Amino acid sequence: MSRIEGVLKTLKGQGRKALIPYITAGDPHPDVTVDLMHTLVAAGADIIELGVPFSDPMADGPVIQLACERALVHGTSLRQVIGMVKEFRKTDDSTPVVLMGYLNPMEAMGYEKFADAAKDAGVDGILTVDLPPEEADEVAPLFTERNLDAIFLLAPTTTDDRIRAISEHSSGYVYYVSIKGVTGSATINVEEVAAKVNHIHELTALPVGVGFGIRDAETAAAVGRVSDGVIVGSVLVDTIARNQADTGQLKRALTDLLHPMREALDSLAS
Amino acid sequence: MSVKLTEEMLSALPDARGHFGAFGGRFVSETLMDSLMTLEKEYNRLKKDPEFQARFDKELADYVGRPTPLYFAERLTRETGGAQIWLKREDLCHTGAHKVNNTIGQALLASFLGKKRIIAETGAGQHGVATATVCARLGLECHVFMGAEDVQRQSLNVFRMKLLGAQVHSVQSGSKTLKDAMNDAMRDWVAHVDDTFYIIGTVAGPHPYPMLVRDFQSVIGRETRRQCLEKTGKLPDALVACVGGGSNAIGMFYPFLGDESVELYGVEAGGLGLETGKHAAPLCAGRPGVLHGNRTYLMEDENGQIAATHSVSAGLDYPGVGPEHSWLKDIGRAHYVSVTDDEAMEGFRKLTRVEGIMPALETAHAVAYAIKLAATMDKDQTVVINVSGRGDKDINTVAKLEGIEI
Repeated sequence: MSRIEGVLKTLKGQGRKALIPYITAGDPHPDVTVDLMHTLVAAGADIIELGVPFSDPMADGPVIQLACERALVHGTSLRQVIGMVKEFRKTDDSTPVVLMGYLNPMEAMGYEKFADAAKDAGVDGILTVDLPPEEADEVAPLFTERNLDAIFLLAPTTTDDRIRAISEHSSGYVYYVSIKGVTGSATINVEEVAAKVNHIHELTALPVGVGFGIRDAETAAAVGRVSDGVIVGSVLVDTIARNQADTGQLKRALTDLLHPMREALDSLAS
Repeated sequence: MSVKLTEEMLSALPDARGHFGAFGGRFVSETLMDSLMTLEKEYNRLKKDPEFQARFDKELADYVGRPTPLYFAERLTRETGGAQIWLKREDLCHTGAHKVNNTIGQALLASFLGKKRIIAETGAGQHGVATATVCARLGLECHVFMGAEDVQRQSLNVFRMKLLGAQVHSVQSGSKTLKDAMNDAMRDWVAHVDDTFYIIGTVAGPHPYPMLVRDFQSVIGRETRRQCLEKTGKLPDALVACVGGGSNAIGMFYPFLGDESVELYGVEAGGLGLETGKHAAPLCAGRPGVLHGNRTYLMEDENGQIAATHSVSAGLDYPGVGPEHSWLKDIGRAHYVSVTDDEAMEGFRKLTRVEGIMPALETAHAVAYAIKLAATMDKDQTVVINVSGRGDKDINTVAKLEGIEI
């Protein structure tokens, strides 16, 4: 069983929902990323999605675009991001880490090299925004051979046939993109999301994480009611942007943001 | 060096998943997949629909002004002293460039699919103007995304688009050029996927765009082939076209791919010189990667971050290239070369002064290379340059380079 599967199974047994924060590696500076990852765990994170910065993040709104730019100013590379996970693993052997990013940095590094290095560093899952399963037939086996979970996206526009096919290619969890739009752009319609997520549950046995548009404890709880986990990204990255000058203050701000979400999710536990 | 491509090989490309050999494909976020698959299905249906084809042909004839002439550049040929130089006059298309062949095709597709809101990216502004034009013609809402730097250096085209009723969105992210405009167009598309049709301006992007843009632009090569046979009694020996994303080049090359004897030359923007790194020549000096929905040759750093590009010509200032060109390069069917900013300027001046035809700075790259090439060839051979656009839009840039204020 992968670390991701294990964590999600334990939570399910407890009737709890996974809190999955996203930050962009290297933002505001490569030196503080590992520290921030530990902060997220202390504030209640069950799984961390660590963004690999890319120069052309087409699926992201301005908040994460700027995070990528801040990280790239310091030359944050995929190799360095993997190094951060290795460093994180020295003191945290239990929190799963998913690398989330775009295909080109992985292609430039070489898929086999990347998969080996990610495995060696203690990465648990890979989510490539611009890699639908149709194009993943060379890459995905490299991940599964190494017990790295391949996590794919589902969207409001995904048809039933595709939901089934994508789920077959996925392991760990599937990531439901709750809105038609880029990251951080719109508020979610909770009823629509609930209906679609319930429907996805009918088509796959995999846990469903929901991301895009979750900004506070209220939306986290609303989405947590129907999903197995909530993914929180832009609101955290925006907090990083606003507190980048003072790491101590930044860590407090991230904690203050995640804590109420954790509590709201746990209050759902039956 | 030429490779024999059979009819069978050509009609099978791209394959069902949009691949040209190792290139092309559909690398987009999940939200767009359904739209792209619907577009592919509908396009494949309409391609065979006589009503759609008749409408497209009529627009090309009566609105665009096709066929465009194939013109013998007699003085340029004499001065060069080699092969006969012929010009395919896409600069005479309505709006002043080949771009409109494609925008008419895609806007008709949008109309047939019932989409009322059109988005487009633009670099030099030619594709933006061509899109705004056909939107005015068909009564469609038009949004054009343009890098803030290009908005500055192509202010004339920005004003033209506004006059045509389009809303121009100045893109402030990244390098503020064509690639960033394309990023923002894709972001807009994700957010408005239900009612919006994205008219991509070149043979790049996710499948089926490289295929359908090629098909719409292939009218250039089909006419050229017929006109060459009529006017010279034989096929040309070489075709020369500039390559940014590569739509005018593929439109010219595609109908000749099976004609082994015809050498194909795609001319990339060498900028300040390939050795300086300040250029926009991914086929000459890049390597394969994935950007904007397809695998193709790219300009990138060792970590896979897309590199900044430079060209005197905004329309060539793009770090990628259409995937079919990447394939043609790898199988050796087409040659890809580059000329520098300075050489292109020389080509611009030469064609203007010797033939009275002022080419776009993009086209000037093809002119500069074709002159060098023709000089090495025999007098009974023929070279056709695709004059993809006219140079009026570049007058401010040229004046600035010459230190003249207008």
